[in-house]
Amino acid sequence: MKDPRTPGRPGASGTAEGSARAFHPRAVRTGGLSVRLDVRAATVVVLLLVAALAASVVLIGTGDFPISAGDVLATLTGNGNAGQEFIVTELRLPRVLVGLLVGASLGLGGALFQSISRNPLGSPDVLGLGQGATAGALVVIVLFSGSATAVTAGALAGGLVTGLGIYLLAWKRGVHGYRLVLVGIGVAAMLTAVNGYLITKADLVDAARAVVWMTGSLNGRDWTQVWPLLALCAVLVPLVLGKARGLRMLEMGDDVAYALGVRVERTRLLLMLAAVLLTAAATAAAGPVGFVALTAPQLARRLTRSPGPNLVPAMCMGATLLIVADWASQRAFGADQLPVGVVTGVLGGVYLLWLLVAERRAGRV
Amino acid sequence: MRPAGRRGPGGAGAGGGAGTETGGAHRSADGGANENTKRSTGTVNRLSAENVTLAYDQRVIAEKLSVEIPDNSFTVIVGPNACGKSTLLRALSRMLRPSEGRVLLDGQVIQSMPAKKVARTLGLLPQSSIAPDGITVGDLVGRGRYPHQGILRQWSAEDERIVQESMASTGVAELADRYVDELSGGQRQRVWIAMALAQQTPLLLLDEPTTYLDIQHQIDVLDLCAELHEEQGRTLVAVLHDLNHAARYATHLIALRGGEVIAEGAPKDVVTAELVERVFGLRCQVIDDPETGTPLVVPAARKARASAAAGVAEGA
Repeated sequence: MKDPRTPGRPGASGTAEGSARAFHPRAVRTGGLSVRLDVRAATVVVLLLVAALAASVVLIGTGDFPISAGDVLATLTGNGNAGQEFIVTELRLPRVLVGLLVGASLGLGGALFQSISRNPLGSPDVLGLGQGATAGALVVIVLFSGSATAVTAGALAGGLVTGLGIYLLAWKRGVHGYRLVLVGIGVAAMLTAVNGYLITKADLVDAARAVVWMTGSLNGRDWTQVWPLLALCAVLVPLVLGKARGLRMLEMGDDVAYALGVRVERTRLLLMLAAVLLTAAATAAAGPVGFVALTAPQLARRLTRSPGPNLVPAMCMGATLLIVADWASQRAFGADQLPVGVVTGVLGGVYLLWLLVAERRAGRV
Repeated sequence: MRPAGRRGPGGAGAGGGAGTETGGAHRSADGGANENTKRSTGTVNRLSAENVTLAYDQRVIAEKLSVEIPDNSFTVIVGPNACGKSTLLRALSRMLRPSEGRVLLDGQVIQSMPAKKVARTLGLLPQSSIAPDGITVGDLVGRGRYPHQGILRQWSAEDERIVQESMASTGVAELADRYVDELSGGQRQRVWIAMALAQQTPLLLLDEPTTYLDIQHQIDVLDLCAELHEEQGRTLVAVLHDLNHAARYATHLIALRGGEVIAEGAPKDVVTAELVERVFGLRCQVIDDPETGTPLVVPAARKARASAAAGVAEGA
């Protein structure tokens, strides 16, 4: 860890980069209340939100019947004509909302997992949660030819069971980061094999349906997917943010967190459970949309330049990424031609390679 | 226990008698426990371990170990590798739950106290700590304020003042804006101590605070500990490897071997050639430290030890 370039004397004061950040967090105080405020992180969050909403408006306007951004806004505020109203509120708005919620859930789930495992590779994609949810969905599709709702339930159950399994396998007097990642990679490999087997067992119709589901797509998502996801986020997001300070302490190691009065194992179990739920629900709603959970927290972190889990920025980044990727795929290949999972997969794969190279240079892999 | 009792006297009437006897034995055991409690509340020491058995899974490190940490002392725990020093410190800081016995903090069983309340009374500098990527010194030290904060009180003016003070008293104030990963090992250890200080606990435990430091920085850190003890009146408990450092800085020494306390007390009473041989299995001379007058352990030369060993072998 020692950096040979810096002489390490108090007199040789910080490099330009080193002294760039004020040491103390700013705070808003009134009376006995004080709330931490990281101006840069707050700015990043606002900008990402604006970007996500702008991209959403553009995405709603994109399709076989293009609608201008102005008309989209008019329709959303209740001033559109009947035709546009139907296309916007019944067809495209729920799809965009599912996209925003799935992206936000994946971003938050990824940030939680990466913080808990203290490793950027410790995200749900790598740990096999996506594969677990896929296995659940495939079982329903292939073995039971179940309805869309049953497939969603199967994916949710698959994700939860996988999350639980990884936790139990990785648990040895507490969950440790590297162990979690290695166990997760093993579980992911096994589940991939199971998924391959299930597809070979399927007849042609089911197999086609399974493959479409496995790519991860927002096509045809309607209000029935929006509500459960929204409800889950409404419960889990405040819960997780309430525990964020404990998570921040956990990044310094279990012993330090313990010494500071964090109930380490309980905090970690609760946050992992929330992360598994968020990821599984997102996967159940849109299929395994690859790499959003891996990339969003890291990109957010590079923007805020702030240590710590960066939960809210990661959430906003996830939503923005997914909507922009969906828009890009529709723009480049025509409406509903290319599932969004393909775009995030290609972008995320490039990012993963870069991350592996960077981690290798830093001597961490 | 119970099957043996049943097998013993035989006959229904006698069996009943044995039952009441067991009851009596229980009662007397309880009485003993009460006596213990009385004795412990009678003492003024804030932190103590009573008859603790410490184990990782099935591996028992120490059995029925009792230790008192004298208030306002700089207590140093010494002993050979794997004697249970760090394990004892982990138990005292409630990171390891004793499988038997209990650790008392201010007269309460430490596990039964709210985690944040303990963290406001007792701080710990563990051996393993991770500085998150891209964290500045000031930010890291500020995290020591966690047990004093809540969701509505995240960063008060008092927090800021105490962080400044902690950095000033450990000499890292001018590093506040630097990234922790650009610092040298000695500086980094000072930063972690500053974080533990910002926790503002009257009791501070340090697990091998000088490991991986060169001699200058070792002395530097120990001087800082002595300062915290003398000037700020904190009770310090440290695990140290170097017996001479321990003898020089400690006001109270606890020597462990195989999970048992072999000796405790002021260094000049405890550190003798016999004790060093008993605890560490090393023949040595103990002389006066020319700088401080505290005991100084000088290991016997290799030849002397070899001939002594040969002598023992011939004698046998």
